[in-house]
Amino acid sequence: MTPELMKAGALAKIEHERRIAAISGGGGGRETSYGRIVQPGQLDVAHGAILYLDDITVSFDGFKALNALSLSISAGELRCIIGPNGAGKTTMMDVITGKTRPDLGKAFFGSTIDLLRLRENEIADVGIGRKFQKPTVFEHLSVFENLELALKADRGVRASMFFRLSGEQLDRIGAMLLLIHLKDSAQRTAGLLSHGQKQWLEIGMLLMQDPKLLLLDEPVAGMTDEETERTAELFLSLEGSHSLVVVEHDMKFIGELTQNGKNGKKVTVLHEGSVLAEGLLSEVQANEKVVEVYLGR
Amino acid sequence: MSAVLSTPMAVPLPAGGILTGKSWSAVFTAIVVVAVLVPVLNLMTPADSALHLSDYAVQLIAKIMCYAISALAMDLIWGYTGILSLGHGVFFALGGYCMGMYLMRQIGSDGQYRLPMPDFMVFLNWKQFPWTWAVSDSFAAQMLLVVLVPGLLAFVFGFFAFRSRIKGVYFSIITQAMTYAAMLLFFRNETGFGGNNGFTDFKRILGTPIATPSMRMLLFVITGLTLIGFFLLAKWLVTSKFGRVLQAIRDAETRVMFTGYDPLRYKLAIWVISAVMCGIAGALYVPQVGIINPGEMSPAASIEIAIWAAVGGRGTLIGPIIGAFFVNGAKSWFTQAFPEFWLYFLGALFIAVTIFLPQGIIGLVRRKKEGP
Repeated sequence: MTPELMKAGALAKIEHERRIAAISGGGGGRETSYGRIVQPGQLDVAHGAILYLDDITVSFDGFKALNALSLSISAGELRCIIGPNGAGKTTMMDVITGKTRPDLGKAFFGSTIDLLRLRENEIADVGIGRKFQKPTVFEHLSVFENLELALKADRGVRASMFFRLSGEQLDRIGAMLLLIHLKDSAQRTAGLLSHGQKQWLEIGMLLMQDPKLLLLDEPVAGMTDEETERTAELFLSLEGSHSLVVVEHDMKFIGELTQNGKNGKKVTVLHEGSVLAEGLLSEVQANEKVVEVYLGR
Repeated sequence: MSAVLSTPMAVPLPAGGILTGKSWSAVFTAIVVVAVLVPVLNLMTPADSALHLSDYAVQLIAKIMCYAISALAMDLIWGYTGILSLGHGVFFALGGYCMGMYLMRQIGSDGQYRLPMPDFMVFLNWKQFPWTWAVSDSFAAQMLLVVLVPGLLAFVFGFFAFRSRIKGVYFSIITQAMTYAAMLLFFRNETGFGGNNGFTDFKRILGTPIATPSMRMLLFVITGLTLIGFFLLAKWLVTSKFGRVLQAIRDAETRVMFTGYDPLRYKLAIWVISAVMCGIAGALYVPQVGIINPGEMSPAASIEIAIWAAVGGRGTLIGPIIGAFFVNGAKSWFTQAFPEFWLYFLGALFIAVTIFLPQGIIGLVRRKKEGP
């Protein structure tokens, strides 16, 4: 053994002992962060991001629906996503909610929950709610029953057999019926609602689940101007307490969402399965590449 | 929103309880008819009286009640959950075989060969019982198997099918394949269940002769009460939140998943419950009809169960029971009156129901009630 190596070894040992002493001294410094207990399966947004997609690639028969898509949504953020047809917006939601497995990449909910390891219902259970492009409600059940099924409660078979609504839960459903303007239709069969009402019912069902993150695929499609305005108000009221990802084509709606509520809201433009631009709506609209592929007017 | 929370609930609640007062009295009437009226009319009314109910009629009604239980089971899985099974006959037959094995052992040495083994085993020159017959001399054990065998088969089959997300017509086709495969298996003598002759010529049940009027009546009453009990159980299931999840699965399964429910567990639960109900129906059928053979596992037998449910009205519970009585009642009358036309009538009936009565007989009654 050469003297140089012995000397290096001695130095390394001194350094190691110093670090051990620093930690056991129990004092301040960055070591404290090691003491924070990370609980697997529990949503952890201490690092700021609630949704983190990295390098996600999905291909269907060689066609890349998503091409190394990376995206990060902060806790409490309202993010609008725009993009031409086929840009991969819906596929992205499919990946997040477990409907489609990506060929490559990572998807995390907070810093602890690996979405790619969970099934659809488990992802819904940890707190991601999704609204489909085409409103999907339980057509043969009443509006009330639709909300009751969505209500956060034990999802097990036996629990469902013996389930009884508590007064508190009944009040929650009542409040939700009022919020989504369906109070008078509570006992109507959901299949008989108008398109706009179905959209609202689906949003209501989503909120009954108490999700932390809401994925909304074209939430105002088929709504009247007034309904659209009310939807924008509703989403803005959720901002902060929930994180929202809104995919939309309606630029007027995007404008309403980004110009009201919290300042500095970002818009992401998807194109051919990856992020083309990201920034304030005004910046994005001024971006030449974006104008070329999408806004194009 | 605080205003809403402070005011007491203003939302009209769905009706509580599993049945309305009127339906409860109907259930009570049914119990009286089955447990009091029929026994009195059959056993205590002189045979020449106009009110006398013949043994033939009692046996026919008992048989149809067994069919009605399977139609009810079919409604749970098809009408409420949207899963069409064309293999429910196999559960019915397995329940029947479990009962049949016990009845075969009860024959004792009174068979054609006067030997303590069932005739078909003597004929095949078997010296001892196969392992499947290990507990066949115990009534309690065989009754447990009536539940366990169909339940276990349904669980294993359902688990793999639902986990692979096999749906719609593909699921129906593999259930047909399942019952067909079981039929071929039971046709073989080596399987140890009497081959294509199955089991028949029963003598006793629990040591008591099986063909006496009082025993027939006892079985009739048990069957009727089982049917009513299962109807109430099914009603309870479909009016619970569990039942609404099943209907939600039928209407929009992806939405159910994205709402956080695991459809696999719900489908598996109702599938097994349905199979067990069918198995019990089969076990009640065998001692009253006096025979069980692999014919009960034929694809056509399973399709018939679905037909009763469709004719009566899917998703109504009472409809399939009515459907079972209507189709089988018509069958027994027609096959006597115009034996050669029965199949034509059956065909015409299904075409008519499909075209004019998509909601079945119950749908017609409801439309009449609500007026034009």
